[in-house]
Amino acid sequence: MRGRGISIWFFIGISLLVNGVLIVGAGVWEYFHPPANPVVLFQYHANIWWGAVLLLGGLFYCLHFAPNRQS
Amino acid sequence: MMPALAMFVTDRLVHLSTVDVVIVVFYFVLVLAIGFYLKGQANTSEDFFMAGREMTAWIAGLSFLSANLGALELMGWAAASYQYGILATHWYWIGAIPAMLFLALVMMPFYYISKTHSVPGYLKLRFGESSRTLSAVSFAFMTVLMSGINMYSMALVMKVVLGWDINFSIWISSLTVAIYVALGGLRSAIFNEVLQFILIWAGALLIPILGLVETGGWTNLKAQIARNASSEYTHLWSTLGTFNGNPMGIHWTGIVFGLGAIISFGYWTTDFLVVQRVLSAKDLRAAKMAPIIGAAFKMMVPFIVILPGLLGLALLPVKLTGETAAVATGGHSYNEVLPLMLARYCGPGLLGLGVTALIAGFMSGMAGNVSAFTTVWTYDIYRALIHKDAPDEHYVSMGRWTTVIGVLISVGTAYLVMSFASIMDYVQALFSFFIAPLYGTVILGMLWKRATSAGGFWGLLAGTLSSIGMWAWVKVDPSALRYVALSPNARDMAENMYRALWSWVVCVVVTVIVSYLTKPKPESELNGLVYGVTAIPHEAEVPFYHRPAFWAVVVAVVFVIFNIMVW
Repeated sequence: MRGRGISIWFFIGISLLVNGVLIVGAGVWEYFHPPANPVVLFQYHANIWWGAVLLLGGLFYCLHFAPNRQS
Repeated sequence: MMPALAMFVTDRLVHLSTVDVVIVVFYFVLVLAIGFYLKGQANTSEDFFMAGREMTAWIAGLSFLSANLGALELMGWAAASYQYGILATHWYWIGAIPAMLFLALVMMPFYYISKTHSVPGYLKLRFGESSRTLSAVSFAFMTVLMSGINMYSMALVMKVVLGWDINFSIWISSLTVAIYVALGGLRSAIFNEVLQFILIWAGALLIPILGLVETGGWTNLKAQIARNASSEYTHLWSTLGTFNGNPMGIHWTGIVFGLGAIISFGYWTTDFLVVQRVLSAKDLRAAKMAPIIGAAFKMMVPFIVILPGLLGLALLPVKLTGETAAVATGGHSYNEVLPLMLARYCGPGLLGLGVTALIAGFMSGMAGNVSAFTTVWTYDIYRALIHKDAPDEHYVSMGRWTTVIGVLISVGTAYLVMSFASIMDYVQALFSFFIAPLYGTVILGMLWKRATSAGGFWGLLAGTLSSIGMWAWVKVDPSALRYVALSPNARDMAENMYRALWSWVVCVVVTVIVSYLTKPKPESELNGLVYGVTAIPHEAEVPFYHRPAFWAVVVAVVFVIFNIMVW
């Protein structure tokens, strides 16, 4: 909904971007400092690639629906 | 764990790291920020209660689905799939998709063209004040009670999963919802529901992906479930020929006619909690597309709800049990299957996102209840019965206060349930009393111009009373189950299906009989309300791929294919 003011998709972009950054960061940290009790399928490093998907998705939405781009 | 939160934490199923807590806190900050940002866009009653009727089909459709996708829905049906197998999928497919498509193509034109603010508002236009009052009072009363029950259940879940204190969970989540809905009205609720919808998928989708990787695919998963439980757990229809041939104790007639034809149509087409989202659409085509978009995503929800339950059945090293047995033995209950799977695969960061998905689910459901309650109270009870001709700002102010008061009543109900747990069973049963008969009244009102005001009112009342009567009959004499649910072996869910079916039949029969005995409204008064006397805009000029009917057929075809795939 672009309607009046900031689009909802921009807020969603912010959410995905911030979560993506935090999750990738945590994943990279775990990559270099493996935990004593890892989760199942730890070897796939899901937090790195899933976090990256969220980060890129969030970046796209933030740029595409940026408030200054719509006005 | 941050020191400030440590005081609210006791024993728990999962342990959150600092980054997880940051993700959860960021979510709360963002939803509040959206509420504050939208405050300036909720100055008129049309803005506050109907979101200005300017939502696109995508926003209205995702919000329509999100209002239903509460955390209890996620965790409850994941638990049901662990307990009953893939049969739980019926509540997402035949128990939703046909009804959503029917709402889009058949009913939406009448709701939208009549410009009603609510479902009770439609009843006022079609059948008069008495039907509206009966429907509005029962809806408002039950909605806040249900909201309180959900709030308590969710706080209980947070206690088990995260070790959070129940009071902390109740007050933090309910005050957050109260603030953002009171500030921005329906627009704020809808914006947050769309955000919550995305977060639910982002947080929950990894479980089935990694689960299928671990089991080695669907075929191996089925084989593992057959070893751990039974091959019946992975068949959707082929075990429904008898009541005791499947884990749920239900016959296909109950699923098709009770769930598929009555309960789901009642819920998805007349429960104002979900219909309100579609009424906010910017035009009729968007209003028709919204439930179709919702249906497309609803079909996919079993992937993040049912599949994790089945994966739990195949992979978890512990055997889950009912709540009572879990408390007695110190084990895990069915309801914990989703958090257990979350903890199995999700490390720091992902765990926070998964927990945020659960909280988001809870808050979207609660915001849906509260905004629907606020609209029905303000339009259909306060303005209709108490204060008719106040200025517009007065009703907006009433809406804001009602939001806060509705949340407080819900909190009160949550504490009441905490003291008297059996209330939960009674209120959930009570809520189901109104849905099926209301669907009978609304559908006859829309499709049969001979239905009269008296017919609508007495049909609705008779259907509701008959439902209550059947419920009480089985409570007093459990052997009555053989008459109400057609089998002494029927379980609670099967009883609900058949009770809904009979109460709908009673409503329709009484409405028809009373209508033939009373004088109908002239056709001139039914314009915009009833099939046959309403001009519905044609879509001949619109390309076929922009027409709701085309996309409804696409969704229907995929729906049939999905059912056959897991027959």
